[in-house]
Amino acid sequence: MSALIALVVAAVTFGTVLMFGTLGEILTEKSGNLNLGVEGIMYMGGAFGLAGAFYYEKIVGEAASSGFVAIILAILAAFLAGAVASAIYGFITITLRANQNVTGLALTIFGTGIGQFTGEFMRVKEGGFVALSNHLKDAFSSTIFPDFLKNIPVIGKMLFSHNFFFYLALILALAMHFFFSRTKTGLYLRAVGESPSTADAAGINTTKYKYLATIIGGGISAIGGMVYIVTTAGCVWNHSGLSGVGWLAVALVIFCMWRPLNAIWGSVLFGALMIMYLRVRIIFIPTEIYKILPYVVTVIVLVISSMRNNKEKQPPASLGVNYFREER
Amino acid sequence: MNSNIAIEMRGITKRFGKVVANDSIDLIIKKGEILSLLGENGSGKTTLMNMLAGIYQPDEGQIFAEGEPLTIRSPKDAYECGIGMIHQHYKLVDVFTAAQNIVLGLKDEKLDLKTINSKVKEICDRYSFIIDPSMKIYDMSVSQKQTVEIVKVLYRGADILILDEPTAVLTPQETEKLFTVLRNMRADGKAIVIITHKLNEVMAISDEVAVLRKGKYIGTVKTCETSPQALTDMMVGHAVTLNIDRPKYDSQFPRLKVEGLTCVDDEGITKLDGVTFTAKGGEILGVAGIAGSGQKELLESITGLYPIKQGTVDFVTDEGKEKNLVGLTPMQIRKTGVGMAFVPEDRLGMGLVGSMGMTGNMMLRSWKKGKGVFLNRKSPEELAKKVWDELEVVTPSTSFPVRRLSGGNVQKVLVGREIASLPKILMTAYPVRGLDINTSYAIYNLLTEQKMNGVSVIFVGEDLDVLLELCDRILVLCGGKVSGIVDARTATKEEIGFMMTTVGGKEAADVQ
Ligand SMILES: Nc1ncnc2c1ncn2[C@@H]1O[C@H](COP(=O)(O)OP(=O)(O)OP(=O)(O)O)[C@@H](O)[C@H]1O
Ligand SMILES: [Mg+2]
Repeated sequence: MSALIALVVAAVTFGTVLMFGTLGEILTEKSGNLNLGVEGIMYMGGAFGLAGAFYYEKIVGEAASSGFVAIILAILAAFLAGAVASAIYGFITITLRANQNVTGLALTIFGTGIGQFTGEFMRVKEGGFVALSNHLKDAFSSTIFPDFLKNIPVIGKMLFSHNFFFYLALILALAMHFFFSRTKTGLYLRAVGESPSTADAAGINTTKYKYLATIIGGGISAIGGMVYIVTTAGCVWNHSGLSGVGWLAVALVIFCMWRPLNAIWGSVLFGALMIMYLRVRIIFIPTEIYKILPYVVTVIVLVISSMRNNKEKQPPASLGVNYFREER
Repeated sequence: MNSNIAIEMRGITKRFGKVVANDSIDLIIKKGEILSLLGENGSGKTTLMNMLAGIYQPDEGQIFAEGEPLTIRSPKDAYECGIGMIHQHYKLVDVFTAAQNIVLGLKDEKLDLKTINSKVKEICDRYSFIIDPSMKIYDMSVSQKQTVEIVKVLYRGADILILDEPTAVLTPQETEKLFTVLRNMRADGKAIVIITHKLNEVMAISDEVAVLRKGKYIGTVKTCETSPQALTDMMVGHAVTLNIDRPKYDSQFPRLKVEGLTCVDDEGITKLDGVTFTAKGGEILGVAGIAGSGQKELLESITGLYPIKQGTVDFVTDEGKEKNLVGLTPMQIRKTGVGMAFVPEDRLGMGLVGSMGMTGNMMLRSWKKGKGVFLNRKSPEELAKKVWDELEVVTPSTSFPVRRLSGGNVQKVLVGREIASLPKILMTAYPVRGLDINTSYAIYNLLTEQKMNGVSVIFVGEDLDVLLELCDRILVLCGGKVSGIVDARTATKEEIGFMMTTVGGKEAADVQ
């Protein structure tokens, strides 16, 4: 039992990383932009998020630093990094109308490079080691609920013991669901992603919607990278752990069928699949097999959903296609 | 100034690269009148109207509304000026409901189904149409989608309505309904522009006709003072004869034998029910029927695209041997040496690749003939040139993406390619849909030419007059059953109309 609980808790921690990455990409893709740069964006988020918290502590001093402020600054720094990177992507694809796949892949290469460089640069400059003080580490990874809730047997650990970021992602998923299904702006955004020419003819500013969704979506994805560094990686720059996480998020978007609510359980499931090799060891099975499980699951979901041919469970109809009013 | 004028366009010019789509055009649109815009394929009708709808900006010239100069920068501006356009390809979001599509982009509209419903209902009552606001677009028929488009435009308070080939995909009954709505709107004082290639519709619905030719404005005439022949001459620029000659091919022989053909769709609904007929080489066999009576399934099951539940389809070779086609895929059919060509209803979906030029699209049909791994580019290029010449396709070059051609020219490329493959059986579904009158006749003549070469032509059509003039025999479908096969030289329109609605036709109806 306790092994299972431990698995769930660990899955949620890693799942939170994926949830941010996925939610951001869902927002972007709903506008019809397929941003394959998530991997790079999450790298940048990781490096800049860590930098935000680290330099904050360095400036105000360890004693005066507040966990809450550090969290806010890390989120802001990561979000900004992701937003800037996505703005570049947006400019190239929306305004210059370059191929989205190529631009996204280029952004992945660019973003991993920048993230890597920033992380290493900090490390070297600070004498070989970038680490936060223990009380900030604590602030990043401990729950926001009081002890008595956390101490309820079984449920307490499963529901109330997670870090702040998990609950933030949860609220974000709910908010996005509400946004897409209930608000006018959400409806218009979906129209842009489904059929930009229709949206345009209806008087919706497609360019504005595409830019905003892409930039905000990129910012959200970047927060995922930061969450990985300050929780799973223990507040030190760790590039190898982050590698592949962005791609996993892209796969997860498909797995969730572009629905924010599915992203909640989907990312926990993917989180579990990714860490299973650490917890549920079976001899003779190489760990690499475990690591491809999420992708295998995604392919199965894709096959099933396209076989069912349900009109509602499809990617935004104009995903990956640039829009130009005079083109036909 | 005449206060009756809603919109005036003066000296409008629009170029796409080297193509001059509109060349200094003047046009007046009046309130309370229906104006038909007529012109051959690629003459610039859609382009001209798109400038009113804010899709394109004119390179030169000025638009006036009520005498005041007007600049329309975007579709939003157009709506604010009361101009609404229903495009050739509908602009609707498939996964949204009708109501969501209708209020899309409106500033001060709440997503409250009740108020939307009551406003929609008011519009529907006023002009007598029916829609269900909570229905999803992907569940709708073409004519329902069109209704949503019209309501959408009216909901925004449009006073000037532009309809780009609205009747091309409608059945005659649906067209009649649409015309009733349009007449109601005219009575309401709205200005209406309708683009259509069907001259009988032009004569029936419009007050005035404006004619374009190769991007230039030719003139406007009153409908009551003109005739289809006079309009065609204006459109083409010289006198043309509009009749199909129907020579008889002397040595007709059976080419395709279909017996008891039965097809069932995914939902278990019978689409074809015991269809039996023989198509002969050297004749044009027409297929008539109300839309959705099994025409599509008939052609697709013969070509191997639609699963057959029961029955036989046999191809008779030149030597008189019969080859069974049931259960074969299109590729296998081609491999057995059965020459079949098929011009499907859905042109860009099934027949052509939009981003490729004419040559590339010709190659799609013939790439198998190339030697080894290399493509044979030369003969497709020649073929493309031939089609370009003979069918007068309006395009700057054979490598120009077909997606950018005007609707009718896309169709010409497809038909031209299929005919060029020298088939033994040539099947066409609505091959002249969206084609101007002159080109339509060119296609009819091409089909007749094929017939005289001994090809067996199967022609699914909707215009009974054309079927009666063009075909040798007409097979009438009614709800998936063969209602009868008649001699087109002696049959009448009424007779066929009866057979379309009652299996067996008049005799059967009399017995009941
Ligand atoms: N976006 C575009 N890019 C390039 N060329 C274009 C574009 N739109 C139209 N054209 C060209 O302009 C000319 C006029 O096209 P248009 O669609 O206005 O013709 P049309 O009169 O509507 O023809 P149809 O009856 O076949 O629909 C054509 O030669 C077409 O190839
Ligand atoms: Mg047109």
